Amino acid sequence: MLTNADLQALEGNAGDFTAKIRQRPRYIDADACTACGLCTQYCPRHHVDPYNEGLSVTRPIHIDYAQAVPATYYIDPSSCLHLQHDTCQICVPVCQSHAIDFSQKPKEIELNVGAVILAPGFGRIDQSTLAKFGYGSHPDVVTSFEFERMTTASGPFMGEVKCFSDGRHPKRIAFIQCVGSRDLGCDNGYCSSVCCMYAIKEAMVAKEHDPEVDITIYYMDIRTQGKEFDKAQQRAEAMGIKFVRAKVGDITPWQNRLQLTYSTLEGGHEFEPFDLVVLSVGFESPRDARGIADITGIELNHYNFAKSETFQPLATNRDGVIVAGAFQGPKDIPESVTQASAAAGIAAGLLEKQRGQGIIHKDYPEEKTDTDEPRIGVFVCHCGINISSVVDVHQVEDSVADMEGVVYHTDSLYSCSQDAVETLKKTIIAHNLNRVVIAACSPRTHEPLFQETLKDAGLNPCLVEMVNIRDQCSWVHAGEPDAATDKSQDLVRMAVAKARKLKPLPAQTVPVTSRALIVGGGIAGMVVALTMAEQGFESVLLEKEKTLGGNLGLLNHTLSSSETAGYLKKLVARVKKNRKIDVLTSAEIVQTSGFIGNFSSVVATTVGKKQEEHTIDHGVVILATGGHEHRPDGYLLGKNSRVLTQQELEKRLAGRAKNRAPDSVVMIQCAGSRGDDLNYCSKVCCNHAVKNALKIKEINPDSQVIVLYRDMRTYGYAEDAYREARLKGVVFIPYELENKPEVYEKGRRLHVKFFDSLLQEEVDLTPDLLALSVGIVPDGTEELSKLLKAPLTDDKFFLEAHVKLRPVELPVDGVYVCGLAHGPKPVDETIAQAQAAAAKAAIPLVKGSVSVDPIVSSVDEKTCIGCGLCVSLCPFSAIEMIKVEKKRKARTIAASCKACGICASHCPTFAISMGGFTNEQINAQIEAFGRATKKETAEV
Amino acid sequence: MGKGMEHRAGAVMVVGGGIAGVQAALDLTELGYYVYLVEKSAVVGGVMAQLDKTFPTNDCSL
Repeated sequence: MLTNADLQALEGNAGDFTAKIRQRPRYIDADACTACGLCTQYCPRHHVDPYNEGLSVTRPIHIDYAQAVPATYYIDPSSCLHLQHDTCQICVPVCQSHAIDFSQKPKEIELNVGAVILAPGFGRIDQSTLAKFGYGSHPDVVTSFEFERMTTASGPFMGEVKCFSDGRHPKRIAFIQCVGSRDLGCDNGYCSSVCCMYAIKEAMVAKEHDPEVDITIYYMDIRTQGKEFDKAQQRAEAMGIKFVRAKVGDITPWQNRLQLTYSTLEGGHEFEPFDLVVLSVGFESPRDARGIADITGIELNHYNFAKSETFQPLATNRDGVIVAGAFQGPKDIPESVTQASAAAGIAAGLLEKQRGQGIIHKDYPEEKTDTDEPRIGVFVCHCGINISSVVDVHQVEDSVADMEGVVYHTDSLYSCSQDAVETLKKTIIAHNLNRVVIAACSPRTHEPLFQETLKDAGLNPCLVEMVNIRDQCSWVHAGEPDAATDKSQDLVRMAVAKARKLKPLPAQTVPVTSRALIVGGGIAGMVVALTMAEQGFESVLLEKEKTLGGNLGLLNHTLSSSETAGYLKKLVARVKKNRKIDVLTSAEIVQTSGFIGNFSSVVATTVGKKQEEHTIDHGVVILATGGHEHRPDGYLLGKNSRVLTQQELEKRLAGRAKNRAPDSVVMIQCAGSRGDDLNYCSKVCCNHAVKNALKIKEINPDSQVIVLYRDMRTYGYAEDAYREARLKGVVFIPYELENKPEVYEKGRRLHVKFFDSLLQEEVDLTPDLLALSVGIVPDGTEELSKLLKAPLTDDKFFLEAHVKLRPVELPVDGVYVCGLAHGPKPVDETIAQAQAAAAKAAIPLVKGSVSVDPIVSSVDEKTCIGCGLCVSLCPFSAIEMIKVEKKRKARTIAASCKACGICASHCPTFAISMGGFTNEQINAQIEAFGRATKKETAEV
Repeated sequence: MGKGMEHRAGAVMVVGGGIAGVQAALDLTELGYYVYLVEKSAVVGGVMAQLDKTFPTNDCSL
């Protein structure tokens, strides 16, 4: 990890680049710094804190935030007295560990690398654009980034939202969308894609802080096209957040408030006073985009983001240089994470031969044998102020002092920070601790970190017990600090009781079958197979139809006018030719058993009249089952020949029929979507409509095309095409869900009746053609969900393991998803997601074995009566019946077990116990709850 | 002025230590590659580290 480092030059070719890096000095010896913070206290100079968006001051010598990585302080030379004026140096003698070193010089480093991934992120919208909205001239106009820091509990105001003008709490807040986006005035014609969603989030957070606050979001189109995002908007509306479709013209001070002037669709001008105005600022290309492009030799697009094309979304024009994240185009966190994994997969494919050669393996000290009496250490975390603002951390810590087995106790501001973890390790060794209790946040997020620390200290990782006094005490009982403190003491006392009974559990590993099964031979499945093959792994690709290709075969061209047929043909040929890919068409999966690394599936294929069954052993499964157009009722689809879906229209436009682009065409967006038959947005239909509208205008410029829409969601660069369509005379008219367009026949004419919100009157048209944007429904997810025990969303798409951070993994280990089976998305996003799924799926295959969390269930054969109840109850098929000396006994399949505990709780003879949650341990915990502390007894 | 040349077979350089860069680096190490993560500021984490909460789980972003 090289921080404070700039790329200066990149020479050579893919597989053998030489990168020149210049690393600026921190002026602090990173190895010596203990992040104690004394230097910041003594430093006399102020420094505006960019981490807090300039809302607070820190010192030139500082650390950005407590959990920062690397966890060492640094000196910002721009404001340091010594580095600017050669004076001061107060910090040098203050530092106890002699870490401050003003003699550090910039370091030139040369790296030999095989591939380069560019992920420099995005830049900020220029101040001059913000100034048009009163930013800079009125203190109560803030950016969304500033607002984010204001609502943060560990931010400069500890989560208090206030007006900068006089410190009052705002009663009325306005969000203004599209600041610096969809705005040719600042040359940003694109949509930043994320602002609608973050504005909704920030508004909801503000509402949680103060339920009385009145919030209005002023927007052009609400673009919540992401998976499950519409639901968030619905929740926001239910909370009372108002959404107004209007363009804000002016923000002027009015008494001590701000007056917004805005124009609505009907042409009316309205005024509204607010206390605080939040600008939903968009993404700009990185400030040094031009420099990065010059150094790396890549091309930029007309908005100065990295240039990419639909079918190779992460490739640049220089081989071996891959782009990911917001630099590829504005995008949200899940998509950035997806692209990052995809980029890793592409790089791994380029460097397949060198895999494993350059890495360093981490060694752990030998595990101590567990024979001694319990020596428990208790660590209570403040979590900044997250816990300590409610719970009396010191009282909790003191309460453990007299408990049996407790030999050490302390508190910590952030137990998870790098220095605190290091201290924890040293404490374990110094005090010879063999059990550790951490009272902090959720084990879901932080247990692995502390388990790792125990391993580093020579202890079995199962000897740590976490108590969640944040979620379960300070958060839920925020209004009752005394009760929250009592409860924390109870929970900690119980954890200590359990810790006394903790046993070390051995780590288990299971070997892996090095083959992938890919379900679905559309573009997603094919890209997965090729990306796996490039990394050196075999796969079996199943397609239920007779030919590969899926939905892409139904398209003619993409919005960026890339022709699809040629690409598809080449892709199919590459898949068929690749020796590592075994294609089975007319194939369906009928049965799957096993677990990550060791799946076995039965696949049925049909050739002519002959049916065959194949058994395939595989280590991972990738679901790329795709989807198809929804067929809504109520729009005469299939009943009147003038009514088509957008896909049918695209086919017609690509044909040779003379009248394929008639003189009048109406398109209805969200036909059957977003609260109609389907509850969600299908993400691609707005682009599809614009694409077809442009094609109609190209063939027949005199054609009148009217698009009836709810929100035009041409996010990202598709906004260019939307603008082009308007310039070419395509008419866009919004409608509301409550007032849907009506489609009917009268005589031989097809009628579309709708309320024109611009004219403010009802209009009845008789178009030659009506194109419906119908949305996408997934194929076959319900059957697969049952086979693999992989959960679905309400809308029948696969539910990912973590929406933001694990977007292509499913909760079932070894099962991955991409393409339309995950959610509606356009071709370029599907390709990136397929590449990401292939990278993630390759990880267990690369490792060759999977390790199993030792908290799984285990059966005591002596006590087991072989009733089989557990087998029937296990939701993960993780228990099997075996014969031991002619008797039926249950046995856990450790790699499949999710440690839910259902088997253990139902076993009639208590033969099943859970690693880390034995009956003995849980009983000890419950008994400890019954034993009140001395203080409580005295009160009673 | 310090100078150093490192050579590791099949190493990958990731430029940018935000969520995309960090995720790419983590995946690459899991896939068996040595990674140089080059970040222009003094810490990795990027903009995501500044966020209060993330939709829809309201997890803290750190």
